[in-house]
Amino acid sequence: MSRINDVGGMTGFAAIVQEPDEPPFHADWEAHVLALNAALIRRGIYNLDEFRDAQERLPVPEYLAASYYERWFAAIRVLLVEKGVVDEADLEPPRG
Amino acid sequence: MSDHHPSSAISAGVRHVEALLESRGLLDPGEIDARIDAFLAGGSPANGARIVAHAWTDPGFAGRLLADANTAIRELGLSMAGGLQEQRLKVVANSAAEHHVVVCTLCSCYPIALLGPSPSWYKSEAYRSRVVRDPRGVLREFGWEPPADTAITVWDASAESRYLVVPRRPEGTDGLAEEELARLVTRNGLIGTAAV
Repeated sequence: MSRINDVGGMTGFAAIVQEPDEPPFHADWEAHVLALNAALIRRGIYNLDEFRDAQERLPVPEYLAASYYERWFAAIRVLLVEKGVVDEADLEPPRG
Repeated sequence: MSDHHPSSAISAGVRHVEALLESRGLLDPGEIDARIDAFLAGGSPANGARIVAHAWTDPGFAGRLLADANTAIRELGLSMAGGLQEQRLKVVANSAAEHHVVVCTLCSCYPIALLGPSPSWYKSEAYRSRVVRDPRGVLREFGWEPPADTAITVWDASAESRYLVVPRRPEGTDGLAEEELARLVTRNGLIGTAAV
């Protein structure tokens, strides 16, 4: 079964946008998400295939609305809970 | 994929998860910053440009590169093993008869170990969905189109396999040294969305 990430040949997406002199990251948190994912994989919390899978099975509206590294962070959160590393409630920063 | 979003909420969320994992001994203090520095120091399109310029000037190397790129790039001190796992690298060379373009339709697979982070357009649904259906139209949007009698081959990268394009060497560059040739090669040329 194909998932929402399997977009090859699909029509209807917006135009391709090139960004001249694009920086590697558009915000500090994006770099942190990339490094966090690498650290968790190196520690064996999950592997790269599980990480891809976790992104690909995000709810479709969430997947489509998310930016690239927002998807990464959503997948990290899913896997941390599923692997029993943290409880879902622990993932939210305290309010106030 | 939507554009880059306002980041204060997610930024706080990421900091919170980092602190949580650190408090549980699953991250070392300073580890994230060290990994970011290492990533940014890692790959850059200059590596791909070096490979191309060497292939242009050394036919023996070009042959080895097209036959077994993972082994051949070690001659230049480069490797595909810089990431989480070594990926197979296939290098494809443009000719008058055939032009090559690389995509990852499923996500964003890219030779980061060689080229550094990929541009956002490479990761966008817009590029991934269309370049396999209408490669000529997409190349036109990038500002360059191969001659009508040149075939276009699109390579779909995957978790295990990455691709790099050797553009055609521009005419009138016979007298240039390898370093000068390397400066002619662009990131888009290495992906196949530019002539060089």
